[in-house]
Amino acid sequence: MNHDENVIAMTQHHAHVDKVGAKMGMWLFLFTEVLLFGGMFLVYAVYRYQYSEQFHIAAMELNTTIGTINTIILLTSSLTMALSIAYIERNKKSLSILFLSLTILLALIFLVNKYFEWSAKFEHGIYPRSEELLNRPSGQILFFGLYYVMTGLHGLHVVIGIIVLSFMLVFLLKNKITSENYNKLENSGLYWHLVDLIWIFLFPLFYLIQ
Amino acid sequence: MDKQHHKIEISTYIIVWLSLLAFTSITVTIAGISLGKYTLLIALSIAAIKSALVINIFMHIKFDEPIFKAFLALSGATLIIIFVLTFFDIIYR
Amino acid sequence: MANGTIALSEKNFYEVSTNKYSGILSWLLTTDHKRIGLMYLVSIMFFFLVGVILGVLMRLELLTPGRTIMSAQEYNSLFTLHGVIMIFLFIIPGIPAAFGNFFLPIQIGARDVAFPRLNLLSYYVYVVGAILALTSLFLPGGPIDTGWTFYIPYSVRTTSNVSLAIFAAFVLGFSSILTGINFVTTVHRLRAPGMTFFKMPLFVWATYATAWIQIIATPVVGITILLVIIERAFGVGIFDPALGGDPILYQHLFWIYSHPAVYIMILPAMGVVSEIIPTFARRTIFGYKAIAMSSLAIAFIGYLVWAHHMFTSGMSDTARWIFSLLTFLVAVPSGVKVFNWVATLYKGSIDPQPPLLWVMTFIFLFSIGGLTGLVLGSLATDIHVHDTYFVVAHFHYVMFGGTGTIFFAAIHYWFPKMFGRMYNKKLAKITIIFFFIGFNMLYFTKFIMGYMGMPRRYYDYLPQFAGLQKISTVGSWILASSIFFMFGYLIYALFKGPKASANPWGGVTLEWQIPSPPPLENFKEIPTITHEPYDFSQLKENNNES
Repeated sequence: MNHDENVIAMTQHHAHVDKVGAKMGMWLFLFTEVLLFGGMFLVYAVYRYQYSEQFHIAAMELNTTIGTINTIILLTSSLTMALSIAYIERNKKSLSILFLSLTILLALIFLVNKYFEWSAKFEHGIYPRSEELLNRPSGQILFFGLYYVMTGLHGLHVVIGIIVLSFMLVFLLKNKITSENYNKLENSGLYWHLVDLIWIFLFPLFYLIQ
Repeated sequence: MDKQHHKIEISTYIIVWLSLLAFTSITVTIAGISLGKYTLLIALSIAAIKSALVINIFMHIKFDEPIFKAFLALSGATLIIIFVLTFFDIIYR
Repeated sequence: MANGTIALSEKNFYEVSTNKYSGILSWLLTTDHKRIGLMYLVSIMFFFLVGVILGVLMRLELLTPGRTIMSAQEYNSLFTLHGVIMIFLFIIPGIPAAFGNFFLPIQIGARDVAFPRLNLLSYYVYVVGAILALTSLFLPGGPIDTGWTFYIPYSVRTTSNVSLAIFAAFVLGFSSILTGINFVTTVHRLRAPGMTFFKMPLFVWATYATAWIQIIATPVVGITILLVIIERAFGVGIFDPALGGDPILYQHLFWIYSHPAVYIMILPAMGVVSEIIPTFARRTIFGYKAIAMSSLAIAFIGYLVWAHHMFTSGMSDTARWIFSLLTFLVAVPSGVKVFNWVATLYKGSIDPQPPLLWVMTFIFLFSIGGLTGLVLGSLATDIHVHDTYFVVAHFHYVMFGGTGTIFFAAIHYWFPKMFGRMYNKKLAKITIIFFFIGFNMLYFTKFIMGYMGMPRRYYDYLPQFAGLQKISTVGSWILASSIFFMFGYLIYALFKGPKASANPWGGVTLEWQIPSPPPLENFKEIPTITHEPYDFSQLKENNNES
């Protein structure tokens, strides 16, 4: 169908869902997320420029190993997400469900790691308003402030992702997502990949300052 | 606009994933080497490559209608301009 | 759909709903873009009136030096709220949410927007934001007193209800984003057959460009707001200079949104002007492509100029001259529009109806605002007038004299289409005269006072300003009266006005080809577009009554 026929079809037979339109809407939403985190990256960039030495010192307290493991976890979850969509595309429902479940599982593991990471920091007395932190130079206060806010906001998006993907899992199980109609899964996948993308940048900026 | 939906091979996804892992190990290794000013640039370049892989293949934009690439370029360009203009202040204070 | 369609299309959208309810639920749970547009219109008008009353109270306080009717603290809260309400609850949603929602789909030949349920959600998000803003007035701590710009460090130090108020702004921003997403997708996906981008009406172009700004710029203030709330709540060092933060960085982040935001305010208004002028000059718009492209140009260049709000903040000199230069650039596409509008009027067949008279008022007031923007954009002169009444006058001329007058113009243009009735045109014309007088008394005096050194946001003033302050206050009474009078005859017309025809003005865009008020699904059949958007030759063929 060409564009014009598509318009008439969509407007007269309301059952026809505009897949491209839905995808467009999701991408536009993703741009808002890019700009939201972009603002935070701008703050990070400015302070890193202004306090580069203190950023280096503070960054040494972050656990590169956990950071790397979490990176691998998210990258793999992007793979499992893509595979879940690929399999429903090929009408392989069970495999699609398997890989979507794996995606959710990996996301949960990511959060568990984050929990341990943050707990360790708290135990060392590094948290907002802590005496330990406030006694340090400004650059370090700013570093850890950004660390908590940026990874925290990212973590919140992981939580939202888990919720959204869980809904998709239910839809898959109930055949509301099928090989004929898997828009929702694709668009949820787009969101999930964005969560991964943000981490791809967070990781070197916080864990790999050497 | 129901054109034939381009299906990406499963193997392609796996290869992309392996590349992502490879780039991750490269960037972690490089971080251990003292490269001074270039460390940040290299780390960000690798992050950019990883992003390009995720966006083009996992997010499928390479095979979608060109308008999506145009939109992405527009948003990305705006973000970069914002960075550049802000740094005209920060650097020259 | 086939058999029911004929009977359905004889009823208008008030008589039929998209859901199975009747009465108030048929409105509250509607997915009809027209009803959503009207709900927005009512809410927006309500908050506009609240903002007007706050403004009148402010001017009342400034009638005499020293305390007149309130304390300094109360005054600080008042001007903050006046700004927050006018900007976030009136002007930014204003034309896109009310008229964009109602007319964008119709003007492109669509039955609704791309995501009708998302549209309803965006309205409810707006309502939630509004409720949060109002709630913040009454909680312990008192209403926010930072000015609508909530600059660091005061915004993280004051004990007034900053967090809730700015969170309300965050929620309202989300509503704006959802509207933007909906409109961009609608324009790309739902244009009628034959309606290429360059056959779209200019109001659609303007709304489209605005939607992009809503999508790209709003998140930046979103994150800024979140950071301030987090800093207040958890003492995380982000902007607070006591912890090493950079207050100028805050200003950057704030204005990276808030400057493009003013283009969210003005671009749709300019789109409406481009609709009204051809209709009442009875000829096609001069330079259609230039106007369409200039909307995109303004949207884009608008991202590059934000730091002209920060010339005295302590930014680097390099940044200051760069931003000053870029600011001069953005005047160019606006100038293109004004030139083309005036050229359209030249040798046209002018019909001085109220919508056109509002547009003429706009051109005059907006031009003054725009020209004084050059004074502010130029570094040397800005140093002298920054944070004075000069700035206040400038932005009221462009925002109120600009977007505000066109909001009224849009109401007067599209009233018969939306409500199927006509208002008293004579009363409308009289109102414009009083509006114009009151407006200039209120705001032109501020240019003079600002130049003389009167700072903005000041509760008190030196004796040399007393005379002008009084004139300004009296102007506010005349202005406010004209506005309330306008609402009076419009509301009267809603219930008792004579029935309007499908095309009382002789317009040629698609909304004038359908009944007043429109049927539920806008068109019996989706039209196929073959002619240019402002082709008045076909008007004679259609033989519309005027």
